Amino acid sequence: MEISPDNTVYLSYEFMKLNDTLVYTWVVMFLLVGFSWLVTRKITSSSVISDKQNILEILVDGLLTQIEGATNQRPERFLPLLGTLFIFILVSNILAVVPGFAPPTGSLSTTTAFSLIVFFAVPYYGIKENGLRNYLKSYIQPSPMMLPFNIIGEVSRTFALAVRLFGNILSGTMMGAILLVIMPLLVPVIMQLLGLLIGVVQAYIFTVLAAVFIAAGLEVHTSNS
Amino acid sequence: METLGWIAFGSVIAAGLCMGIGAIGPAIGQGMALSRALSAIAQQPDETNTIVKFLFVGMAMVESTAIYCFVLAMILLFANPFWNFFIEKAAG
Repeated sequence: MEISPDNTVYLSYEFMKLNDTLVYTWVVMFLLVGFSWLVTRKITSSSVISDKQNILEILVDGLLTQIEGATNQRPERFLPLLGTLFIFILVSNILAVVPGFAPPTGSLSTTTAFSLIVFFAVPYYGIKENGLRNYLKSYIQPSPMMLPFNIIGEVSRTFALAVRLFGNILSGTMMGAILLVIMPLLVPVIMQLLGLLIGVVQAYIFTVLAAVFIAAGLEVHTSNS
Repeated sequence: METLGWIAFGSVIAAGLCMGIGAIGPAIGQGMALSRALSAIAQQPDETNTIVKFLFVGMAMVESTAIYCFVLAMILLFANPFWNFFIEKAAG
């Protein structure tokens, strides 16, 4: 049994390997980009809109509301980052019920990449909002003694973000595979249902946690002054 | 062969213990969080959305310890570094 989709290698050229994770990431990317491209070709502002455009509008509007609720900031500038993360994780988690599809979020390399993006997005937004000096000041709050603990906290929550998503999706697919071997009738279906629920909740949690971290990086200055 | 047998024995026992003990704490914590959230919702039904949001986020935080245990158990069972090391040593 493969513990990670990274291990299924199709092609390899020197240090570059084309593995399951990459292939299915491209599949998800193709689906998302293709769908968005199709919808935005004939987008209208009239009251009669197509179903597809309606789906996209509901999605974007819901994301804006959620991000605003999590950060208490104007949500538009976070939408490109957090919305993309959410939609990608959501689609790849939901597609995990398709037989043969190995969700790219079940690979530690993908989730680590996501959490590294969040790790660097926090200082990016923080410095853009408050300036470098004020942002760095937040690390020595409430006293300079807390500096190492703040840094450890920053790193460990990034690690937790990656391992949480990876572990949840991996456990879902793995339980499904094991149950399919020992009890092929009905029970795997229930696990798949649970996997769907967990997949959606994990996508939501990843996005909300990223939003909360970014908001925490922003609010540093306002609480000092 | 003797060493390999002991490594296999130890790995399986350790994986089971890791998952079993590692599930207890988060389960209790999540149960407490859920019960508090439910009583908070019962007192203030208007705040349901906010409470549920924080409940999910908090549960995800609590859950991460269980997830670490799970990942560790999976590594012990399916990608055991000690096992691979001794297999390579025996072969080479």
